[in-house]
Amino acid sequence: MGAASETKGGGFRAWLNKRMPVDQFMADQLTGYYAPKNFNIWYFFGSLALLVFVMQIVTGIFITMHYKPGEATAFNSVEYLMREVPYGWLLRTLHSTGASAFFIVVYLHMARALLYGSYKAPRELLWVIGMLIYFALMAEAFMGYVLPWGNMSFWGAQVIINIFNTIPGIGPDLVEWIRGDYAVADSTLNRFFSLHVIAMPFLLALLILLHLVALRQVGSNNPDGIEIKENLGPDGKPVDGIPFHPYYTLKDVVGVGVFLTLFAVVVFFAPTFGGLFLEKPNFEPANPMSTPEHIAPTWYFTPYYAILRAIPDQRLGALAFALSVLAFVFLPWLDRAKNKSIRYRGLASKALLGMFFIVFLVLMWLGLQPAEPVYVLMARICIPLYFAFFILLPFVSKADGNGPVPSRVTYHAH
Amino acid sequence: MSDHATDDTVPEVDESRRKFLVAATVGTGAVGAVLTAVPFLSSWSPSESARAAGLPTEVDLSKIEAGQMATFFWRKQPIYVVKRTPEMVASLKSHDADLKDPKSDASDQPAYAKNEDRSLKPDVLVLIGTCTHLGCLPKTRFTPGDATVTANWPGGFFCPCHGSKFDLAGRVFQGSPASVNLRVPPYSFKGDNTLVIGADAAAEKGAA
Repeated sequence: MGAASETKGGGFRAWLNKRMPVDQFMADQLTGYYAPKNFNIWYFFGSLALLVFVMQIVTGIFITMHYKPGEATAFNSVEYLMREVPYGWLLRTLHSTGASAFFIVVYLHMARALLYGSYKAPRELLWVIGMLIYFALMAEAFMGYVLPWGNMSFWGAQVIINIFNTIPGIGPDLVEWIRGDYAVADSTLNRFFSLHVIAMPFLLALLILLHLVALRQVGSNNPDGIEIKENLGPDGKPVDGIPFHPYYTLKDVVGVGVFLTLFAVVVFFAPTFGGLFLEKPNFEPANPMSTPEHIAPTWYFTPYYAILRAIPDQRLGALAFALSVLAFVFLPWLDRAKNKSIRYRGLASKALLGMFFIVFLVLMWLGLQPAEPVYVLMARICIPLYFAFFILLPFVSKADGNGPVPSRVTYHAH
Repeated sequence: MSDHATDDTVPEVDESRRKFLVAATVGTGAVGAVLTAVPFLSSWSPSESARAAGLPTEVDLSKIEAGQMATFFWRKQPIYVVKRTPEMVASLKSHDADLKDPKSDASDQPAYAKNEDRSLKPDVLVLIGTCTHLGCLPKTRFTPGDATVTANWPGGFFCPCHGSKFDLAGRVFQGSPASVNLRVPPYSFKGDNTLVIGADAAAEKGAA
């Protein structure tokens, strides 16, 4: 503990700082934390993800006050929330829109890392923790979608849980253990409720904290992919860095304003977003006697879902599904370029990453379509391209990611 | 327990003894943690009442017309019961080459239903109505030649979720994402028109 923080201020502040290092913490984490000065629009999404997480916790706490888990009560309690609780419709829509917003923000956040090589050394662990957050978020969103106990909740749960059936040997027993019954039932709904409101939020909060701790250790990457810590001024601060507070906190406030405006437009004018954020079959109660004509998960899972169902073998389909999700974890070691940012890589790298972004979006669209032959065929074309990105990356990045980079970040004063 | 050193010299640490104690403590703690996890993990298994609800159930088949299907519930799973006409049974012989598992070798059924028509009595087909792919309910497409399914359709089931196709014995067609035939639950008959779902029949037929 530095002597400065003990003598700063008087009265209550001095008393407080002697017992808890508040000023020291602020100095370490905000005003004394230097971030590159060349952040662009891609750098809004980390703080926005944190904002959405907090929004989901707050709206979740309030809708849980009206929600009643259980196969006899769940659907009606959501309808009650929507129709009879004052502003219940708003709380519920904020939460359901927040789920999709979370994934939009997280996907853009991940795309940023792919563009600027933010997963590369020394940020491998930061990336891996981020991927764990993404996986936890997928589980959290899946279980949350089951809770209203609409017909898509029920059959979505049935389909997703049955993927585990393909694990050799233990599959059927594992599936029965996950459900707690011979079919998706009351027991399944109740355990998903517990996990959704207690276990997963705690896990997410812990992972987000670790993500931030790791970020503070290595510092943010930037659009040029240059380490600002390697170019310090006479004062020992990075010459291309500016204090996170007040510069980036203020910049993030602008991002928050734009984000909340768009978010409110969806909440008030398109809460189901044409069936993408809340699917139409989920407005009828779960019916174990009737599968919806067309089962599709919510849009944020559809790239992987398109892969799962396009492969005409059950076990291989599940394997490709798992690999397509897990492959991201290995990016720090697949990318062998010297330079981080796409700005200082060759045309081949740019084409490869561009192809991957397009294939990901096409698969996302295909996963929303019915299981008709033309869409299955298109998915079968996209699957090799999807995995080609991960297979070719080591060679392409090694070949054309080593050109000269400037010594200072690209920055134009506004 | 032990003598205290009375002089100022620090007694030498017995490293091997310390290592053993650390290993023993960690090991005992790990065993305890694993054993403590058992009740927590076991609580996810089907409860007593869920198991009790999975006992055999008797259903009346007298109201099912020939060529029609009725759905019952056993263990919260839909059970399809089809009264097959002689033409339906005869149609099963025509397409073995188009099936993934025509002899049901890789599929799940009681021994007495592992035969050509996958049933105890050829005129009554009993299936668990969840697709072996990912668990949707296959829809009935019993009309032969139904072009909405495929050309030369012999009649059977079609799963709308991912497009798996099954014949009138629940056997899966080539080109389906499902890999094995629809499952047959254990069942038996009490008299002509009472089906007992969940109770095995004595191996009276085709148990080869």
